Amino acid sequence: MKMVMRIDCKGLYYRKQNKIIRNAAEEGETEFILDNVNGQRYIGSGIEKKIKITVNGVPGNDLAMFMNGPTIIVNANAQDGVANTMNAGEVIVHGSAGDVIGYGMRGGKLYVKGDVGYRAGIHAKEYKKQVPIIIAGGVAGDFCGEYMAGGILVLLGLNRGEGVPIAGNYLGTGMHGGVIYIRGEVDEYTLGKEVSVLQLDSKDMKVLTKHLKEYCEHFELDLDEIMSEPFVKLQPVSSRPYGSLYAY
Amino acid sequence: MRCNCYIPSGCSVSGIMSESGRRQDGNAIIKSITLMHDRANGLGGGFAAYGIYPRYSDLYAFHIMFDNIAAKERCEEYLKDMFDIVRDEEMPTRPGGAYEGVTAGRYEEEGVQPITDPPILWRYFMDVPEAKTRFVSDREYVVGQVMEINSEVEGAFVASSGKNMGAFKGVGYPEDIGVFYKLDEYKAYIWTAHGRFPTNTPGWWGGAHPFCLLDWSIVHNGEISSYGINKRYLEPFGYRMELRTDTEVVAYLFDLLVRRHKLPIELAAKVLASPFWEDIDRMPDRERRIATALRQVYGGALLNGPFSIILGHSRGMVGFNDRIKLRPMTCARKDDMLYMSSEESAIREIAPDLDEVWSPRAGTPVIGELDEGVA
Amino acid sequence: MTSELPPEFIVKIDYNMCRRCKRCVMNCSFGCMHFTDRVVPEHKLCVACQRCVTFCPEHAITITKNELAYKENANWSPETRQNILKQAETGGILLTGMGNPRDYPILWDHLLVDACQVTNPSIDPLREPMELRTFLGRKPDRLEFVESEDGEIDLATEIEPQVRLDVPIVFGAMSYGAVSLSVHRSLAMAAARSGTLMNTGEGGLHRELYPYSGNIIVQVASGRFGVHSEYLNTSAMVEIKIGQGAKPGIGGHLPGEKVDEDISKTRMIPVGSDAISPAPHHDIYSIEDLSQLIYAIKEATDYEKPVSVKISAVHNVAAIASGIVRAGADVVTIDGFRGGTGAAPMVIRDNVGIPIELALAAVDQRLRDEGIRNNASIICAGGIRNSGDMAKAIALGADAVVIGTAALVALGCRICQKCYTGNCAWGIATQRPELVRRLDPQVGAERLTNLLTAWSLELKEILGSLGVNSIESLRGSRERLRGIGLDSQTLELLGVKPAGVGQ
Ligand code: SF4
Ligand code: SF4
Repeated sequence: MKMVMRIDCKGLYYRKQNKIIRNAAEEGETEFILDNVNGQRYIGSGIEKKIKITVNGVPGNDLAMFMNGPTIIVNANAQDGVANTMNAGEVIVHGSAGDVIGYGMRGGKLYVKGDVGYRAGIHAKEYKKQVPIIIAGGVAGDFCGEYMAGGILVLLGLNRGEGVPIAGNYLGTGMHGGVIYIRGEVDEYTLGKEVSVLQLDSKDMKVLTKHLKEYCEHFELDLDEIMSEPFVKLQPVSSRPYGSLYAY
Repeated sequence: MRCNCYIPSGCSVSGIMSESGRRQDGNAIIKSITLMHDRANGLGGGFAAYGIYPRYSDLYAFHIMFDNIAAKERCEEYLKDMFDIVRDEEMPTRPGGAYEGVTAGRYEEEGVQPITDPPILWRYFMDVPEAKTRFVSDREYVVGQVMEINSEVEGAFVASSGKNMGAFKGVGYPEDIGVFYKLDEYKAYIWTAHGRFPTNTPGWWGGAHPFCLLDWSIVHNGEISSYGINKRYLEPFGYRMELRTDTEVVAYLFDLLVRRHKLPIELAAKVLASPFWEDIDRMPDRERRIATALRQVYGGALLNGPFSIILGHSRGMVGFNDRIKLRPMTCARKDDMLYMSSEESAIREIAPDLDEVWSPRAGTPVIGELDEGVA
Repeated sequence: MTSELPPEFIVKIDYNMCRRCKRCVMNCSFGCMHFTDRVVPEHKLCVACQRCVTFCPEHAITITKNELAYKENANWSPETRQNILKQAETGGILLTGMGNPRDYPILWDHLLVDACQVTNPSIDPLREPMELRTFLGRKPDRLEFVESEDGEIDLATEIEPQVRLDVPIVFGAMSYGAVSLSVHRSLAMAAARSGTLMNTGEGGLHRELYPYSGNIIVQVASGRFGVHSEYLNTSAMVEIKIGQGAKPGIGGHLPGEKVDEDISKTRMIPVGSDAISPAPHHDIYSIEDLSQLIYAIKEATDYEKPVSVKISAVHNVAAIASGIVRAGADVVTIDGFRGGTGAAPMVIRDNVGIPIELALAAVDQRLRDEGIRNNASIICAGGIRNSGDMAKAIALGADAVVIGTAALVALGCRICQKCYTGNCAWGIATQRPELVRRLDPQVGAERLTNLLTAWSLELKEILGSLGVNSIESLRGSRERLRGIGLDSQTLELLGVKPAGVGQ
């Protein structure tokens, strides 16, 4: 039977807690359950091993920052800065997440069951085979996908209240790479000036279905039901939107 | 000692309120702000509390800091001329006291950090003599006196000046400041707190948050890039910016907009963090007219730059962010309690099971109000 | 008397390069180029307007200063001596055009702008909202609200008329007569495209431009040319011109030979008659008279348009501006001593008035001290050369800036200062049809629109670096300026701290 390391994080300062995890991972521990987490920063940050961490409680800021391989499951809401500059691995949040998630994310997966805050996926980018994927089941705040340079961002808008838009204003502003899939319609005025709305082609559908299938498995959602509504695709108009900005 | 240099700062904020007016001691707010220990750097912490002086609720409670005895004497001379002092006493404190609880917010090995070198802390419960308010309202009169003491009485600083409320602040981590001021012995229906991360070492107690005037209190995370024009906008109205902290202008702006210009708080918040023209242009007619007029008339009061602010006043608590949400804020409810904080975990620390958690949209105020007929 | 004036410029033609196309001869509007068997310049007539240089296909022409015309002398500059010679020969007042060319300190170049680092983030102006929208007009000090029948809050305060600008730059007052109709057309089209205003100046508005009424400031000056109630109502704003920065206290004079059919119609005076603008308005001898005129205009326009009063920056400008606001003006336009003109006595242009930087700082502070800053907008004119000047002017307290000379330069003006001759080779300050044709209004409008676009982008860059996303957070925010190389009194007048001092 595989050993699981359980840590009671009540009142445990983040530096101590993360050190325990890092040391144990060094020694071959592969699975951790953190109980009573509340506000501890940097969980999973910078870890290179393929470990699994289950977080019971609200983790602090910069969860999975610089992370390179682990899987983190959060059984609560997550705060700001999830998957900041993350390179590889998976973060699965069974709640909502705060602002500036997936900032500069270069690879791996970030699945959020609920809503995401302002500036989700800001400056996410691809590098060679690494393509970051962010999927949010709910809605996003303003500046979603700002400066996005690569990767895939999906907004499902499930369970949203009457009249609540699926994304805020300045959607995809400054976007110059990657793609955003949105389940439903977006109002033209909410778009950044660098993006345009396109229909999905069969290649898009394949990619989307593949990732959503996985997403649905995590949160026990019905893929067919999710796919039953049409999606739109946002893509940058040009990879050099500011070509004519400067004189001579 | 007053520091005359400008001090930018980072910070954490937290606020709790019972809308039904239930009063609770300061332990919860201390616990909440302590969880965000790392957002402060030990150079400033403070609290505002409402409902703490029910026996003197008709009197202005001044919390004053003095550099030395001479300053206290000078200031008291002045106060005697201007007010009827009903009672005055030293602020109860726990010298050398420090927070000892265990929390994920701080490193135990760091140990306790007792508060040292406090200024002389005194409180006064005062009435405004009738003869003084023939031409101005008593609130206006009190504002004038606070301005006068803060700028003219050397070595004296009025930390708070409202009724049935007070500010408790100083140099140190907020949790230690809270223990120092014995906040466990006060009961309030609104508590706000602030942990400060100033970028240099002021060592001046008055510079900590909250910043208060009358019953307004402000705790603020972020920096106000429009300070220059906000200050010049306020000056003709008689406000004197003595502290060189941008937080001060927020308190004065609320005083001007809500007390003097009688704007509803929602609209005052729309002045300070106005919607963008793009959004205004899409509003329905009446709303657009109002939003346009507010921006046209109150442009000098627009707060620009990153901030999240919790405003306390005797009837409620208001939280709001800058227009593009550059500083964080999470709000939550549980029964009659409203919570606001820089981080959700700081709320969960004192209320693990919540009815509702949400983060407000940029520029959209979250307004907590005491139930009618309470307090 | 034969003239002893040496030529000011020498026109050199490289005959090896010249292909005798005669373009220079056709282009020179000052009659300086002749063609015999080859191009022969008459150096004395050259004004260095650069028209021939620009249009010579072979780049065969260079114009240089006639360096040795006057022996070097630090005290007696060539210009001084030339002017004495001119006056000795004619006994006349020296006339000139454009703004003050003298080497007075330019305070814009002694002001530096702040930027954010760490404690407050700068904002990306390209991707995030950055608002320049500005409203000109009188604002109340406060708003009042009422609860309406449906229980909603509604505005109770009536707000006086406001003019919306999408960029805080308006075009300066330049009259049709002083400049050509092509210029007016270019300005009107560009103003409409950019969401701002052009200003008719004191010569009326050509019928053809009436459709642009939403983008036009109509001026009422002492000559009252072309002023009638329809004119007043064909506007976004009405401006009473008291003074002009280039010639404070001086009137104007459009010589009869420039008054052709079109100008006659627009100004409503007979063809060929002189158009004289008296130095003062003869119905304004004091501030209460000004108030009377302001309200006469408001009556005539049914209180639908803000009224601006334009004054030149003189010593007592702050007190005057305060009086103007109290007299009922909704906008005060202050024109500094580097502002341009079509024609002015040189002695006035070069010696009278004060720099706009100081005037603006004084006016803004005075209006604040008196608690009436909200009651009027301040427009700052006279010497705005680039977007940096504009940003600094706004930080000192201006609601908007004016560009006149900069707009003409965008249209082709080479600042040769010969506007008063009516021979402008660039089709700007002229009514000669063959010259006016040189300025294509479509092209002109495009160039002006480009200029405004470029400056707004640059202003947004500055706002972003200051960490603010709306112009009202820059307006009057002198804390974001620092002075360099300024004495303490000047700093105090500007309300600005020296560079190196923190907040
Ligand atoms: S325009 Fe140039 S090439 Fe043509 S005639 Fe004149 S100098 Fe010669
Ligand atoms: S407008 Fe024409 S005449 Fe006047 S300075 Fe410019 S180029 Fe010379």
